[in-house]
Amino acid sequence: MENLFVNMASGMRSLLASAGLPDTATDFILMFLKLGAILVYILISALWLVYMERKVSAYMQCRIGPNRVGPLGLLQTTADIGKLISKEIIIPRCADKKLFLLGPILIFMPPLAVFAVAPFGKDMVAIDMNIGVYYFLAVASLSTVIVWMSGWASNNKYSLIGGMRVVAQMVSYEMPLILSIVGVIILTGTLNMSEIIRAQENVWFIFLQPLGFLIYLIAGVAETNRAPFDLVEGESEIICGPFTEYSGMGFAMFFLAEYANVVLVSVMATTLFLGGWHAPFGLTFIPSWIWFLLKVYVMIFLFMWFRWTYPRVRVDQLMEFGWKVLVPLSIANIFVTGIGKYLYQTIRW
Amino acid sequence: MTIKTEEFLLNLGPQHPSTHGVFRIVLTLDGETVVKAVPVPGYLHRGIEKIAESRTYTQVIPYTDRLDYLAGMLMNWGYVIAVEKLMGVEVPERAEYIRVIVGELARIASHLVATGAYAADIGGLTGFIYTFRDREEIMDLFEMISGARLTPSYMRIGGVAYDIPEGFIEKCRKFLDDFPKAIEEYNGLITGNEIFQARTKNVAILPAEKAIDMSLSGPVLRASGVNYDLRKARPYSVYDRFEFEVPMGAKGDCFDRYYVRILEMEQSAKIIRQALDQLPEGPIKGKVPKVIKPPRGEAYAEIESSKGIMGTYVVSDGSTQPYRVHFRRPSFVNLGYLDEMLKGWKIADVIAILGSIDIVLGEVDA
Repeated sequence: MENLFVNMASGMRSLLASAGLPDTATDFILMFLKLGAILVYILISALWLVYMERKVSAYMQCRIGPNRVGPLGLLQTTADIGKLISKEIIIPRCADKKLFLLGPILIFMPPLAVFAVAPFGKDMVAIDMNIGVYYFLAVASLSTVIVWMSGWASNNKYSLIGGMRVVAQMVSYEMPLILSIVGVIILTGTLNMSEIIRAQENVWFIFLQPLGFLIYLIAGVAETNRAPFDLVEGESEIICGPFTEYSGMGFAMFFLAEYANVVLVSVMATTLFLGGWHAPFGLTFIPSWIWFLLKVYVMIFLFMWFRWTYPRVRVDQLMEFGWKVLVPLSIANIFVTGIGKYLYQTIRW
Repeated sequence: MTIKTEEFLLNLGPQHPSTHGVFRIVLTLDGETVVKAVPVPGYLHRGIEKIAESRTYTQVIPYTDRLDYLAGMLMNWGYVIAVEKLMGVEVPERAEYIRVIVGELARIASHLVATGAYAADIGGLTGFIYTFRDREEIMDLFEMISGARLTPSYMRIGGVAYDIPEGFIEKCRKFLDDFPKAIEEYNGLITGNEIFQARTKNVAILPAEKAIDMSLSGPVLRASGVNYDLRKARPYSVYDRFEFEVPMGAKGDCFDRYYVRILEMEQSAKIIRQALDQLPEGPIKGKVPKVIKPPRGEAYAEIESSKGIMGTYVVSDGSTQPYRVHFRRPSFVNLGYLDEMLKGWKIADVIAILGSIDIVLGEVDA
């Protein structure tokens, strides 16, 4: 079990090699297979998360949730997606047609691209990049531009306000997000995701960087535009923000991309702070990738818990909290981490 | 490089998730800040007052249900009390007590909607479901006593339609026993939440003088610290026999307007408890002729509804149909200061302020 996926990959490689393909071609095909597997995982995960969200929210609200389509309502989201696909895609008369249609197509690109460097288990990373963390931060923030673009292209005032909020929110919360990760990077001295996980073999960084984790968690919620920072959609204020004018599958793409982003932020939290695929308490008989996914879903549950408990903050409070609380705190965290590391190295304390 | 900025117009409503129906506000915005707000009511106008002129006095009662449809019982009451005053009918004691019980239940139901909808307006959808869960109990009680849940049409001129059914009192007591726990839940989930308080405290402070000047009433007025509740100030029905307090706010901000309702629900529960204890035996309808023909004349009577003072003005020309009926609808009057209140706040606050006034469009537009 432990090496299930690793063995599958090496088996595939030897199969291709025995077929007489040159090495480069084998690498190329294998890379595509890995990315294809990740794509399938993300899509299934997004479908599952919609269902999970509905069930979790239902239990938090003394309801039952979907329970009619399929066993325990498991096929509910599949049915929903089927319905959305069959719906007409309405393009508003005054919208910028090209950009409007480009939005839902592009929105899945950043999360897909970032997942390439996510270490799902021991030796289970599609592309082991030596600047993985940097790559994650750079690519993940691209989705802001896409949401902004869709909001603007819709030519709807609610969408425009939502689009502007996306940019403002990204600028204020990307800062603490990056700064909170810097503490981990100081400790490990690497940007490679696998090495960061390897460094947590004895102690998870959540214990060495509790403040960093907290800041990452808050900024992460803001990054995924979920409550209490769901100002971008702000259903009770600006209808659905940038997605107001989208119908059918266009809307569904944004909807699913939100969940892909949630998985992404949780994957990063698991990698950076929760020890990645390391098993706690020496429970190594459970495969590493199961541990990894377990931690990811615990994080996602936390996000859902937030969403169904907290009301929404106001736009000025959001900015104030980001710049006046999170940024100074994360800088202080870097400072303390730096001193701690220096002391550790000089006096072996 | 200079960037040219300009104000823009945002048409909030009539179809918008948080305008509590079909209310419309035309906002002039500078970025996210409101520069000017023009409320535009009237999208749910059905001409109830005009319809009433071609119905008999009893036939008007179901139309009053559709004014404030979240507290139909209270709307019934506000109308029948005016006709009774016009005719000089004596209402039997038991009927008065039943009216108090269902009226206060309706007040709790209405405030539960206000509380839950306010939580949803601020962005916390879970609170909404919790209050509606408990409102359901009241709806069941109404179904028991009148056969209808939302639009009971339960009161009649001179009394009530039916006597209390078997099992109603026990069920009502059970609801009252469970209610303090429910309130605790709301306080934990909504009132005590840091973000909720940050969103509502010190937002749109309404000074007491302004509130009086604009003739506001109900929880909106009392949140500004004005002690004026018709049930205490000018007791109608049998309200002088119950012990209860009039909760008041200190500042008159959105939080006070929200919290006064929670406190009021507790007081209503207290009143119902006393009314159930004191409930006398006897007839449920006074001596009213089969065909209601009030003498020529006019009458104005008012009650404290869940949204404020609900007044009814009835003019009779001696026939079986009212010559003119006018309703003083508290939701509509309470909106009078809205445009001033919204100025200078953000879009998110617009929703918070509108929600804190707690309007029902059936009543605003009549």
